[in-house]
Amino acid sequence: MQHQNSFDGRPTVPLGQALKGFRGEIARIAADTTVSSLSADEIERRLIELGFVEGAEVQILHEGLFGHDPIAVRVNGATVALRRREAMAILAY
Amino acid sequence: MNDQSEVGSARFALVGVPNCGKTALFNQMTGSRQKVGNYAGVTVERKIGTARTPAGRKVDVVDLPGTYSLRARSPDEEVTRDVILGRRTGEAAPDLLICVADATNMRAALRLVLELKQVGRPMLLVLNMIDIARWRGIEIDTDALEAALGLPVVTATAVRKAGMEALWARLDALLAAGIAAPAPSVWAEPSAHDLRTAQREADRMVARAVRHPARPDTVTARIDSVLLHPVAGILCLLGLLFIMFQAVFTWAQPPMDLIAAGFDALGTLVRDVVPDGLVQSFLVDGAISGVGSVLVFLPQILILFLFILLLEDLGYMARAAFLMDRIMGGAGLHGRAFIPLLSSFACAIPGIMAARVIDNRRDRLTTILVAPLMTCSARIPVYTLIIGAFIPARTVAGVLSLQGLVMFGLYAAGIVSALAVSAVAKFLFWRRDPTPPFMLDLPDYKLPQPKSILIGLWTRAYMFLKRAGTTIFSMTVLIWLLATFPLPPAHATEPAITYSFAAMLGNLIHPLLAPVGFNWQISVALIPGMAAREVAVAALGTVYALQGGGDQAVGLALAHSWSLATALAFLAWYIFAPQCASTLAVIRREAGGAKWMWITFGYMLALAYVAAFLTYHIAVMFGAG
Ligand SMILES: Nc1nc2c(ncn2[C@@H]2O[C@H](COP(=O)(O)OP(=O)(O)OP(=O)(O)O)[C@@H](O)[C@H]2O)c(=O)[nH]1
Ligand SMILES: [Mg+2]
Repeated sequence: MQHQNSFDGRPTVPLGQALKGFRGEIARIAADTTVSSLSADEIERRLIELGFVEGAEVQILHEGLFGHDPIAVRVNGATVALRRREAMAILAY
Repeated sequence: MNDQSEVGSARFALVGVPNCGKTALFNQMTGSRQKVGNYAGVTVERKIGTARTPAGRKVDVVDLPGTYSLRARSPDEEVTRDVILGRRTGEAAPDLLICVADATNMRAALRLVLELKQVGRPMLLVLNMIDIARWRGIEIDTDALEAALGLPVVTATAVRKAGMEALWARLDALLAAGIAAPAPSVWAEPSAHDLRTAQREADRMVARAVRHPARPDTVTARIDSVLLHPVAGILCLLGLLFIMFQAVFTWAQPPMDLIAAGFDALGTLVRDVVPDGLVQSFLVDGAISGVGSVLVFLPQILILFLFILLLEDLGYMARAAFLMDRIMGGAGLHGRAFIPLLSSFACAIPGIMAARVIDNRRDRLTTILVAPLMTCSARIPVYTLIIGAFIPARTVAGVLSLQGLVMFGLYAAGIVSALAVSAVAKFLFWRRDPTPPFMLDLPDYKLPQPKSILIGLWTRAYMFLKRAGTTIFSMTVLIWLLATFPLPPAHATEPAITYSFAAMLGNLIHPLLAPVGFNWQISVALIPGMAAREVAVAALGTVYALQGGGDQAVGLALAHSWSLATALAFLAWYIFAPQCASTLAVIRREAGGAKWMWITFGYMLALAYVAAFLTYHIAVMFGAG
């Protein structure tokens, strides 16, 4: 997982690369590298609206059959389904 | 402020994030029967109702689509934004915003409340689903929330009358004191920074006001470990669909036999009472045999709806979307297209409307265009009639009914063709565009509310009966007129119908449809069948009744006069054919232009023709001609 660097001196993992069962805390949202029909800013706003803000606890609960995609993420008491590609914007540790 | 006790003088609007129970609250307040379901995006239009408070004041209540923000990313959210900001022409902004939050999970809701405060309208916060929160041991300090938000906060259970008392008391007190005048709006579209700040503030409030139990509720996670399991989950989904179609076939049989017997008895009675002649023919061959042949299918349609309603209320729909996401995405469909397409199993019209939740116009259009390919309940009569007449009622492998299997195959054909059409569209028109994101809230499972299931079933039954009484009946009358007049010459040698307008018309179109194996009776039945799919069954019923099959049911008459190849071609035709005027009208409205309606009509007709053609000729090759 050397794809992303670190935050506050701690190594971070994009949620899009984390395995099922991963538990962590969101370090920051970095949507600028996500390939999508939406702008990075819009992706970021949508993720925040679904509860993905810095400091929130996340856990990958389930994943799909093909390519382990999409994933179901528990975030502070709610469960959200999203594709790994968008989850790449969520950096956690 | 004007006098609040006047008729509907105050207007309350229900706002909140998706799936927090706004519509359940609306129904409880106004006595309406709008659709509720345990998934995001059930409501896509604004609905208005009148309520009477316990103190006897009349108020208007507006139910709105759920939204995470007033940014309005999709057409349904635009409706909410426009109502709240008072941007709808000829409609003032609501006097009071009733913000609704799911008490078991209010982070997003509180953030929305903070955003809504900028609009300046008076507000009140309802912590709904308090029954579930209490059951889970979640403790909420409403006073702390009131202080932090600066708004009245009440708890409620929208699905129970008794759960509404606190809300009503607050509303009456507000109305008695007079609702405050609105402050000027300072709302502006929130940036990522604004959203983040607001969410942090909301999270702080939750941390202060909400105490979660030491051992959180894990029922949903445990169920999901099976239902969302990569392999077991997909098997469960397929198994579920399979059971559904088997049930539609096997459970429905007894009540269907009963209804059929009822109509037979009615026919016999009329024959005994009314003298031979045109009146008797109209009543027996037209009205009774036409409408009866469609009404028989009510039990099947209700069983299908029972399954869909249960799954919706349980919270399974979003899970199914999760499981199907890769397949849908592979076909170029938006992740949120799944629920609109699944709703189209009931009827394409709500399915097409539900596509409003898709933000991207291109993806919305694709969904709208393929939605009519999903097997709607109006196809059930057609499918069942033909299957019943031509497919032997055997069991396969000991337990599966062969007829149910064929039905399942027809549904599968609809799904596969919808995926194929969208894949082709993607390949032809927007191959290079990146796929849109898929983000969907997976709600906690809830026990289905028997009352809302019953209301849902009743609404469906009522719509079906109403259609039988209006569209289907009038089309049957038309077909009877066409098939009866002009009357045959005095010494006619052929059955009377061969001299009628229907035969002329049928023979006129027949050359076009002969290549796909249709006879003139089918050709003529397809015309009124344009109004609604089931009408073709009624029309065939009338045509064959008049042709003199005696008292035998339509199915028997068909089994006598059609070859298996023709029957199969007819089924293939109905998988694709655009035989529904109301669907086309809704496509024109929702897609924003007659162009899209004609495109849908054209491509479906072409597919229907090709599919029927191939089916017929392949079947003939195998000796089914
Ligand atoms: N137990 C319980 N269930 C509730 C309550 N309120 C709503 N529900 C259920 O929650 C689900 C969602 O309710 P809806 O009224 O459709 O939610 P909505 O906010 O209108 O959703 P959208 O229209 O999609 O935004 C349904 O299954 C309801 O039966 C409640 O107070 N208690
Ligand atoms: Mg609703």
